[in-house]
Amino acid sequence: MLALVALIVISLCIAVFFLILFIRAVRKDQFKDTYTPSVRMLFDDTETNNNSNS
Amino acid sequence: MSTNESRIESFIYDNVIVKKFMIATMVWGIVGMLVGVLIAIQLYLPEFYQSMGINLEYLTFGRLRPLHTNAVIFAFVGNAIFMGVYYSLPRLSKASMWSSFLSNFHFWGWQLIILLAAITLPMGFTTSKEYAELEWPIDIMIAIVWVVFGINMIMTLVKRREKHMYVAIWFYLGSWVTVTLLHVVNSMAIPVSLMKSYPVFAGVQDALVQWWYGHNAVAFFLTTPFLGLMYYFLPKAANRPVYSYKLSIIHFWSLIFLYIWAGPHHLLYTSLPGWAQSLGTVFSLMLIAPSWGGMLNGLLTLRGAFDKVREDPILKFMVVAITAYGMATFEGPMLSIKAVNALSHYTDWTIAHVHIGALGWNGFLTFGIIYWLVPKMWNTEIFSKKMANAHFWIGTIGILLYAIPMYWAGVVQGLMWQQFDSSGALLYTNFLETVTEILPMYMLRSVGGTLYLIGALMMGYNLIRTAKQGSFLKTETGRGIALKDQEHEEEMLNGKAKWWERSKWIEGKPIPFLIASTVVVAVGGIIEVVPMYMIESNVPTITAVKPYTPLELEGRDIYVKEGCYTCHSQMIRPFRFETARYGEYSKSGEFVYDRPFQWGSKRLGPDLHRIGGKYNNAWHYKHMMRPEDMSPGSVMPLYPHMAENEVDTSLTVKKIVLMRAMGVPYESNYENYVMRDYDKQAFQIVKDLKASGIEVGANKEIVAMIAYLQRLGTDIKGSASSTADEIQ
Repeated sequence: MLALVALIVISLCIAVFFLILFIRAVRKDQFKDTYTPSVRMLFDDTETNNNSNS
Repeated sequence: MSTNESRIESFIYDNVIVKKFMIATMVWGIVGMLVGVLIAIQLYLPEFYQSMGINLEYLTFGRLRPLHTNAVIFAFVGNAIFMGVYYSLPRLSKASMWSSFLSNFHFWGWQLIILLAAITLPMGFTTSKEYAELEWPIDIMIAIVWVVFGINMIMTLVKRREKHMYVAIWFYLGSWVTVTLLHVVNSMAIPVSLMKSYPVFAGVQDALVQWWYGHNAVAFFLTTPFLGLMYYFLPKAANRPVYSYKLSIIHFWSLIFLYIWAGPHHLLYTSLPGWAQSLGTVFSLMLIAPSWGGMLNGLLTLRGAFDKVREDPILKFMVVAITAYGMATFEGPMLSIKAVNALSHYTDWTIAHVHIGALGWNGFLTFGIIYWLVPKMWNTEIFSKKMANAHFWIGTIGILLYAIPMYWAGVVQGLMWQQFDSSGALLYTNFLETVTEILPMYMLRSVGGTLYLIGALMMGYNLIRTAKQGSFLKTETGRGIALKDQEHEEEMLNGKAKWWERSKWIEGKPIPFLIASTVVVAVGGIIEVVPMYMIESNVPTITAVKPYTPLELEGRDIYVKEGCYTCHSQMIRPFRFETARYGEYSKSGEFVYDRPFQWGSKRLGPDLHRIGGKYNNAWHYKHMMRPEDMSPGSVMPLYPHMAENEVDTSLTVKKIVLMRAMGVPYESNYENYVMRDYDKQAFQIVKDLKASGIEVGANKEIVAMIAYLQRLGTDIKGSASSTADEIQ
């Protein structure tokens, strides 16, 4: 059952890839703020000039 | 502040590409639904076209069903995904799409692929792998266009002006990465000619790869991209933030890590190793947690705004879509439980399940998004809110009229298959009885589908009128500050960064990082795979199982071409009610020469794995010409063209040589005898048919087809009781 092993390896690769992506994202503070992004996305049309320094 | 203002850049959001994908979504959506309605009618009127004087081989259920599924999945839902991504991604990233050339390349490339699919599938060019039926040249085109889409998306993100990537973007990215891999792995095939190929894996292994793909196509094409769209368009349409942003992030990461393992639940009780089946079940059950978390997150976004839902057709569509998502993702894990699957598998229950997803979740979310987008992009109000509301109701009733009869049909037929009488014999010995019993349900289903289609047509009219009364905004202007300037500003404000924040030794260098991690994973993979080459294959080989003869192989290719797998399984499960009806249950060793595997997923007709020798050649001939003559009440399509079309034997030798190269034990000089054997076996069948008064040429398709059908499952026949000894 080469296919079975191959699929498990491929699936693991995908999982490891996403795990690395996740850790990277966490370290880059992507998930630090769990509120503002949900509100900010509502305003992109009218307030295109908002940023963290304002 | 002043330094900031000088750095503000202006850029444009391109609405034209969104409009293009939107039109494609609507047009292909209606085409896909129309084909669906047609084949639904064919199921209870098998001579639907013949009664109108149309006698075309291109219109049989087996040829049109892949067209329906591909059109709905890749043309309707696919274009809807791209429409939503090309609208939301630039706005969330505060950047134009990276390359408008690539955007257009993506659009036209995708439409060309759909057009080719619409031509080649009815012509019978198919790999017979569900939702991956397109042949290898089109598969390559799909890969190219898909990669172009990914490059455009990733480069847009690189150039983004909003540091935080909103959760929708994560869903888009995750879907893209996974679909790329799924498509490449499942499409691995060796071409015989321009429009014919054999998969690299055979039998059980091919089945496993296919359903690993098949399940994840549902997960990463129909679900995760749409969740991204939900997390963008639902808050937009309701004008309120998502209920819990934290939950949405958990939703994404848990789906990404769980979904990929659930594929084997499509192969419960088949010849797949038991532990792999259990793995699929366990992960499927776990999936209910993130799925319902996500559904509740969507519904609760509307908390305190349900008065709006009463008014607004857009929100109505979205609420029903999210509810359908919740229903389908509850049902999915349930159907993955072996005890439930024993009843549901091969029945219309599965059909009901996928249509809750397709009509409810994908369809209604798409409708909601488009109703929201069109007035916005054309800077006007919707032409008729009343008509949109009518569309909502007609569509909802359509879904109910579709799903309820299908659930009913599935359970009734599943139970009838299992029914024994008091003497211990099957109660419904004739499979056809279990079909005619549920035909009224099929009729209702086609009414439901028609209502849904009418709703979509009303929507098309409403949208055209809306667009006519408004004026299209080709572009909109956005403003923002480049990321590098933002970071610079932050450093100035916050002073020196902490040492661990400065330690960019690895994540500051994404490309070396990616290469390093790929190498690590590849080494691990090699260590795991190499032993598999060293030891003998652990698919049990059965000495009695022999390769197909040239005639049978050609017959098998016709079976594939006609899409017989859309209605007939070739996988007898180890239940008494199955072995009593069909014969000895299927063993994994019987499929070692099957490229592609033909296990099927739905029994509109009986299982065919042990059909060989059950009827004589003349019966098969008459049955294929007009099934009704041999089995009164049969709903099988007519195949008179098989007595007219000739087998293209110019490729037969090449096929045999190719099979041998892939490990099928034909003798080393067998290519010299291929045609001799072909003719010999064909003449025998012709002679036998002649004895029954049927005149047919030896080179006709029907002869090869009969040869294949008579061969099916006969290798271990008669030795069924001793198969245990034969498994080495």
